[in-house]
Amino acid sequence: MKSEIIIAGFGGQGVLSMGKILAYSGLMEDKEVSWLPSYGPEQRGGTANVTVILSDERISSPILNAYDIVVALNQQSLDRFESQVKPGGILIYDSYGINQPPTRTDITIHRIDATEATFEMNNSKTYNMIVLGAMLKASPMVTIESVLKGLKKTLPERHWHLLPLNEEALNKGMELVK
Amino acid sequence: MNNNDIIRPENLVYKKPSLLNDAHMHYCPGCSHGVVHKLVAEVIEEMGMAEKAIGVSPVGCAVFAYNYIDIDWLEAAHGRATAMATATKRLMPDKLVFTYQGDGDFAAIGTCESIHSCNRGENIAIIFINNAIYGMTGGQMAPTTLLGQKTATCPYGRRPDLNGYPLSITPLLAQLDGTCYVTRQSVHKPASVRKAKAAIRKAFENSMQGKGTSVVEIVSTCNTGWKLSPEKANQWMEENMFAKYPLGDLKDVESKG
Amino acid sequence: MNDKVTLMKGNEALAMAAIRYGADGYFGYPITPQSEVLEKLEEEMPWETTGMVVLQAESEVAAINMVYAGASCGKAVMTSTSSPGFSLMQEGMSYMAASEVPALVINVMRGGPGLGTIHPSQADYFQACKGGGHGDYRMIVLAPASVQEMADFVGLGWDLAFKYRCVSMILADGLIGQMMEKVVLPEQRPRRTQEEVEKQCPWAVTGRTGMRPKNIITSLELDDDIMEANNLRFQATYRLIEANEVRCETVDTDGCDYLIVAFGSMARIAMKTMELAAQEGIKIGLLRPITLWPFPSKEVAQAAAGVKGILVPELSAGQMIEDVKLAVDCKVPVKHFGRMGGNVPTPEEVLEALKKELINA
Repeated sequence: MKSEIIIAGFGGQGVLSMGKILAYSGLMEDKEVSWLPSYGPEQRGGTANVTVILSDERISSPILNAYDIVVALNQQSLDRFESQVKPGGILIYDSYGINQPPTRTDITIHRIDATEATFEMNNSKTYNMIVLGAMLKASPMVTIESVLKGLKKTLPERHWHLLPLNEEALNKGMELVK
Repeated sequence: MNNNDIIRPENLVYKKPSLLNDAHMHYCPGCSHGVVHKLVAEVIEEMGMAEKAIGVSPVGCAVFAYNYIDIDWLEAAHGRATAMATATKRLMPDKLVFTYQGDGDFAAIGTCESIHSCNRGENIAIIFINNAIYGMTGGQMAPTTLLGQKTATCPYGRRPDLNGYPLSITPLLAQLDGTCYVTRQSVHKPASVRKAKAAIRKAFENSMQGKGTSVVEIVSTCNTGWKLSPEKANQWMEENMFAKYPLGDLKDVESKG
Repeated sequence: MNDKVTLMKGNEALAMAAIRYGADGYFGYPITPQSEVLEKLEEEMPWETTGMVVLQAESEVAAINMVYAGASCGKAVMTSTSSPGFSLMQEGMSYMAASEVPALVINVMRGGPGLGTIHPSQADYFQACKGGGHGDYRMIVLAPASVQEMADFVGLGWDLAFKYRCVSMILADGLIGQMMEKVVLPEQRPRRTQEEVEKQCPWAVTGRTGMRPKNIITSLELDDDIMEANNLRFQATYRLIEANEVRCETVDTDGCDYLIVAFGSMARIAMKTMELAAQEGIKIGLLRPITLWPFPSKEVAQAAAGVKGILVPELSAGQMIEDVKLAVDCKVPVKHFGRMGGNVPTPEEVLEALKKELINA
């Protein structure tokens, strides 16, 4: 099994950390993982993206041209990466601020209202975990247990009280994918 | 007292420090370097630090200091002596680490390293020979060359509009929180030699006591570069150099109390 | 899950591996895309545990001269930088080579020339492998292609540097530096005691312990005949390194029709190219030089025997390709494909280039 994923959005949406949590979840399941961010000043305020690969075998190129899953969290990212979903692959996009929805018919498209869900949860910081939940519902490449285990491993102990909130956000995200 | 009596050990009144070896110095007769080398060797010997001393020699006339004083030496790239001393002392805090640098090395090409090492308060001693000229390369203008002073690269005298002003760097260093002792000395008279020796000793002791950076500037002559006899050079130094670079302590954290 | 497996960036792996090696000191100046090395070291505070010195210098110039000093003292010292900073360090590299001191220098390359970009590049190959500073000298140049190799080459680099009294360099790029992968760090080794340092490096400047004869580390020798003799000694060491330390990895080179020679992140991309090519029935083998100097010339010539052509994809205008051409003595067509300025090609682009330059040429 191999999942080649790109997550793209605005800097500050938690794109890189979402990828990191996904990579750690893969690590918890003994998978081969790679996490490659776009780096530099454009992360702040501009667009950011991260390529994550989870695989049962040695990972060759960490940089890709086509993805099994594309997660686009703003219009620019959607415009840029829609064409790079492999035929039969998955495109997940946040409906917020999107005026030109995707048009491809050879892929599975999930429109999620993730930003709106953060309003419901009354906590904008849950955004990336909501999106991650949606992603795992659309393609269950790792278990929620692994995500929480990975989170616990990466979060300093003083932040462990936030784990239930993160779990709630993950579940909320899963509900967004029908 | 005949000659045989005079050379008896019990009649010895002065001897060269044993760390100063018999190698022929390449310095010109009348140069201040020889005197300062002797003081450095004497102080290390008197402190009992021969096994712990590490000198960093510069690029400039003192490049071969390592040939004359029998301690371990690093020979730095031009201007980088204090960076080398920084690492050496941090990696081996129980060693006596000092640099020996001229005005071009310390105050031109190495100014960045000089200021930052002092500002970090590295526990090193800096011996800074200021003779207002580049001796080794044949008498070119130094950052400390006085206005009107003639050198190979300001043959009609240093002009501020063409060459900028002489840089008095030690007062800058005295302002930095990292320095504990900044002083200006000379070695042109027996009394000044004694004072310079006391300053070097104090700088070395400060470094071993972890008090911060000590800078001992020695206002020096370069009679060859200045094209004067050794005696005239001393006179010229007193009359011209001391006005721009007055002798005395610029900073002594200890004496403040 | 194996508890020893962790996930970290290549840059962080460099820092952690240095601490685990029992390094004595790190001196560096921040520059993208490798600042995580210094950041990680400052966060880990190894001076509290192993006694390792970590210092943010005022410039790359100061940093390399701090490394020069530490190396002259027989200590295991290092610096890391990226391309513009490495240019500033060339003077120090030349002095260290002339003084025959062991040190580890890491260049996580970015696109140049000039300030260029902050994105990955391999355009400092010449600078690293052909001597970026003045005079005749060489360094051992290790090219990691994974985060694991970033960690492993720290120890290997120092071991080789001490073995030959030379500078070892890790030539990575922004992609390997910024990427997170699984890594198993080496076991923690104790730092050598001062006695052990002096025993291992009797030439080192340490103070005249026991009033032994003085040690001087200098690169200056004004007697031409002695300086020539020094040069002959350096060259003899380099020949020894060439004979003993060539390292490379080959993948599917037996019976391949085309050979790709690529290093670092470009080799990773090429491995995906091979997968894509195999789906089309094109048999590509990969030779990945691990030591860029000494260059695996014999190995390249062997792998090239019987192939229809060689593609050398690089994140540059074509630098390593010169060594590949020399290795095969121009008996096989050798073609370049490269992206520059921080751009990284996709595996598909590499395959297209191979078809264009070799198959359909």
